[in-house]
Amino acid sequence: MTDIWVAVVVASVGCYLLKLAGVSLPPSVLERDDVQRVAAMLPVAMLAGLVAVELFDDAGALGLDLRLLAGVAAGVVALLLRQSFLVVIIVAAATTALLRALT
Amino acid sequence: MSDDSRPAIRRDAAGIAAYAAAFGASFGAVSVASGLSVWQTMVLSLVMFSGASQFALVGVIGSGGAGLAAVPTALLLGVRNAFYGVPLTRILGRRSLAGPRRLVTAQLVIDETTAMAVGHDERPAQRYAFWVTGVLLFLLWNAGTLAGAVGGSAIGDPATLGLDAMIPAAFLALLWPRLRTAEGRWVAAGGALVATVLIPLVPAGVPVLATAPIAVVAGLLPRREATR
Repeated sequence: MTDIWVAVVVASVGCYLLKLAGVSLPPSVLERDDVQRVAAMLPVAMLAGLVAVELFDDAGALGLDLRLLAGVAAGVVALLLRQSFLVVIIVAAATTALLRALT
Repeated sequence: MSDDSRPAIRRDAAGIAAYAAAFGASFGAVSVASGLSVWQTMVLSLVMFSGASQFALVGVIGSGGAGLAAVPTALLLGVRNAFYGVPLTRILGRRSLAGPRRLVTAQLVIDETTAMAVGHDERPAQRYAFWVTGVLLFLLWNAGTLAGAVGGSAIGDPATLGLDAMIPAAFLALLWPRLRTAEGRWVAAGGALVATVLIPLVPAGVPVLATAPIAVVAGLLPRREATR
C-alpha cells in the first residue's frame, strides 16, 4: 500500500513540475526542432508499448485473454467508424464483459 | 474579442468538460479496480491531472508492476505538457504567469486547454478559452473520478464488467490520431514489438520504458537526413 502511495505522490508531483517547467523555461530550450520531435514521438512509442503490455502480459509471462483481445478489437472498429473516445472504451468493455458472461 | 464569441467558447468548453466527467468516471473505476484506493485515485486526478499519465500509472500498477516502476512511464507521458508551455506562455501573457498565479496556470496546461486556446485567433478569446476550459474540465474531471472510484469500489469483480478492457482501449484511442503519419505508425509498431518481446524478460513496467529510446531515435534521425 505504501509503495503505491509513493508512486502516486512522486509521479503526480513530477507531472505537475513538468507543466510548471513548460511555462517557466525560456522558450528557446523547448523550441529546438529535434527536442520537439522526440517529445512528439514519446507518447506514440509508449502508448503502443502500453497497449501491447495490457494485451500480452499475463503476470510476467506472454499470454493472451481472447475475450480481452476481442473487446479491444471491437474498440478498434469503433475507432475506424470515427466514434468518440468514450464510445470506444465503453464498446471495448461491453464486448469483453459480454464474452465473459457467455463463456 | 467580440462579445458573441464568449458563449460559443463556453459551449465548447462545457461539451469538453461533460465528456471529461464521463471519462474521469471510467478512470476512477479502472483505478480502484487496479488496486488503488479512492484517495490515491483522487490525488492522481487532482495533482497529476493528465489523463494518459494517470491511465498509464494505474495500468502498470494493475498489471503487477512495483509502484515505482510505474512512475517513469507516467512522467515520460507527461513530458508533452511541458511543450504546450511554448504556445501558451505567448498566449497567456505576463499576468497569468506572475508569482503564485503561475502555479495555478501550470496545472491547467493539458491537451484540451492547449487545443482550445490555440484554436482561436484573437488573444482575449484564446485566454478566455484556456481559462474556461481549464477550470470546468478540472472540476468535472475530478467530480467524475470521485463518482467512478466510489462506484467502482462497490463493484465485486471488475473483470465481470470488462473494466480491464477499458485500459488498452483508452491507450489505443489516445494513440489513434498519432498513427496518421507513416513515421507515427513505424514508431508505434516498434514500441509494441519491443514491449511485447521484453514482457517475459524484465520486471513489469520496464517493457514500456524500453520503448522511449525508439522515440528518441525516430525524433533525431529522419529530419537530419532530409536536410542533407
